[in-house]
Amino acid sequence: MKNTKTNKLNIALWLSLVLVLNLGCERELSDDATVATFAQTGEIFTDNFVAMGSNFYFPFADSKLDAFSVDTREGFESNASYRVDVPNDTDPTGNYAGAILRVDGAGRDLSGFNVLTFYAKASRGVSVDAIGFGQDFFENKHQVTANNVSVGTNWQKYYIPIPDPSLLVNERGVFWYAAGTQATGGSGYVLWFDEIKFEKLGTIGQPRPGIANGDDITIDSFIGVTAAVTGLIHTVSLPTGIDGTVAPAISYFQFSSSNPSVATVDNTGIISVLAAGTAKITATLGGVQANGSVTINSLGDFVLAPTPSRDPSNVISIFSDHYNNRPVDFFNGFWQPFQTTESADFVVNGDNILNYTNFNFVGNRFGNPPVNATNFSNLHLNMYIPGQVPANLDFLISIVNFGPDGVEGGGDDTRQQVFFNASDFVANTWATLEIPITLPQRSNIGLIIYENVNASTLRNFYLDNIYFYIE
Amino acid sequence: MKRSIMICLVFFSLTAFLSCDLDETQTVTTFNNLVAEDNFDVDGAPDPNIWSFEIGDGTAQGIPGWGNNELQFYTDRTENVKVENGFLLITAKQELFNGAGYTSARLITKGKLETQYGRVEARMRLPFGQGMWPAFWMLGDDNNGTEIWPNIGEIDIMENRGQEPTKIIGSVHGPGYSGGNAVSKEYNLENDRFDTNFHVFGIEWGPNYINYYVDDVLYNQITPKDVPGEWVFDRPFYIIINLAVGGSFVGSPNNQTVFPQTMLVDYVRIYN
Repeated sequence: MKNTKTNKLNIALWLSLVLVLNLGCERELSDDATVATFAQTGEIFTDNFVAMGSNFYFPFADSKLDAFSVDTREGFESNASYRVDVPNDTDPTGNYAGAILRVDGAGRDLSGFNVLTFYAKASRGVSVDAIGFGQDFFENKHQVTANNVSVGTNWQKYYIPIPDPSLLVNERGVFWYAAGTQATGGSGYVLWFDEIKFEKLGTIGQPRPGIANGDDITIDSFIGVTAAVTGLIHTVSLPTGIDGTVAPAISYFQFSSSNPSVATVDNTGIISVLAAGTAKITATLGGVQANGSVTINSLGDFVLAPTPSRDPSNVISIFSDHYNNRPVDFFNGFWQPFQTTESADFVVNGDNILNYTNFNFVGNRFGNPPVNATNFSNLHLNMYIPGQVPANLDFLISIVNFGPDGVEGGGDDTRQQVFFNASDFVANTWATLEIPITLPQRSNIGLIIYENVNASTLRNFYLDNIYFYIE
Repeated sequence: MKRSIMICLVFFSLTAFLSCDLDETQTVTTFNNLVAEDNFDVDGAPDPNIWSFEIGDGTAQGIPGWGNNELQFYTDRTENVKVENGFLLITAKQELFNGAGYTSARLITKGKLETQYGRVEARMRLPFGQGMWPAFWMLGDDNNGTEIWPNIGEIDIMENRGQEPTKIIGSVHGPGYSGGNAVSKEYNLENDRFDTNFHVFGIEWGPNYINYYVDDVLYNQITPKDVPGEWVFDRPFYIIINLAVGGSFVGSPNNQTVFPQTMLVDYVRIYN
């Protein structure tokens, strides 16, 4: 019945297009002409696929491609459901299940709905990495994701709110999910979905969009810096009275700057700092003021670190815009639970700067493979402390050699520790730290650790031009 | 042939359904003679000819936590209660104030606007979130303090738990059926919420009955045979509107609760 309806709509659509074309040959569109609209079907899978066409299942390329099937025994108040067999993490054909469902053919007009709903259950209690809609493998322009969705062993209804339905007038990416086994110790499980559909529910309320995770943050910055607005969230009160939060794509937000002569923000959330001064970046979503803001405190011109002049053939670079950098595992691998350090890396006039905030300790790891520094005498770093240099600064840099086994840990790692204090720095100025390497074994250096010791108040600093060199 | 039979069947069942529906159209209200109202048309403090404030955390009244372990301190400050743009606004704030963690307001019509029997209704939009406890209710006159609750009677026209945005509760309390043993019924909205749209909460009250309604739905009738004790609702009652925070009925706010929270009242009306 519903399929028939859709076909009729499609025919109407084609007719209207033909009509428009014919009219176009003759004269301007009359005021009476209405814009061609797309099918307003909300159902995606209700015991079977609804108006999805024939070629709609697109698994992620690195996932287990055949993890999906239609289960003809299990179902929510039925005997059919969308079944996903999440593989064990050792499965050679793919260690997770993930796919998008994309309407085959013209998109749908979802502007009359306000929420994607579905029933789900799992063969064991799991936290599903991501479930959402709007991912179409094109622009993913209207992607919305619920992360870490807790799914139990009995059917339950789930709600993924549409942040601004008025944008979804021609949408093909109607459902997507990614489910792995990080939360289950590598063991596979079964996920069932049913009654997947868009609905218009009056029981969804209290929309609360947010940027910067809803916090008011201030960033010291400089002329020429570009940075992205992050922490995009959208929270609504669900029919249960419990809040549900999703991560919407940037396209749902409209940004503005309180002082465009200091900093501008474009519609993709990129902030560009133009002058010294202060500018507050705020956002709205569907006319609702978003919680949170990013205040740019521009200190004016930024003086880049001294340009390295050493011959590239004598350098192994970890992080610099002046050399070819070797592969790095991470610049801030968050070491739970004790690390507090976050990253606010930025680009100023094309030069990348590492910025650590809320600092206690952090590491740069480059262990694949480690650096053979046998013939390299020194480690070079540029470090910049904005604001004030704490009088009691006690800053420890550790260079870690992974030992004969070539991997971190294993009991054979050795480290060289070098301490710096307040006399080594001037506030708001690049310091050049030259560290002669004294490690007897230095053929497998894979990690540099930065630590704030003895409780100094250092929380924020920049790094650039991290490289080993031959004297 | 078969098809036409089908159509006939469909037609007849449709007719039957419609007529059934018509039969169930409710007569929700019967008292239509308006005798008192406050439409909150004058900005500023609520009309002192109708409303008084109850201030504090209940200690002064001899019932700390207002008898329910509530967490708020009631004030008459404009940040907690004011009339603006045609609405009475009662706002619960999270702040340290006189030893409490929250402030809010509680308005009563005692000695100013009381009624025995009639239709009492208010159009309101409720706050939301765990720990919000808005209420529109009535207490029986205590005869200059000579009688005490629950003997004076309590009619709860609307109570809501902020964490249940689609549900309200209507109750009566009296001797032998008070507190957790009140005679109550819940009403659930279909495809709508009490915190996103305005709704009318009312009772029609006469000798030997109290009818409860929300908007155009009559959802309960309580009569003397429904209460396990004396029927104490044949005396003048006054109106109370308040927004409590926390307490045994609703539980404490949690980290998802958004403050401040404002309850809006469009009007309060009494008919007989």
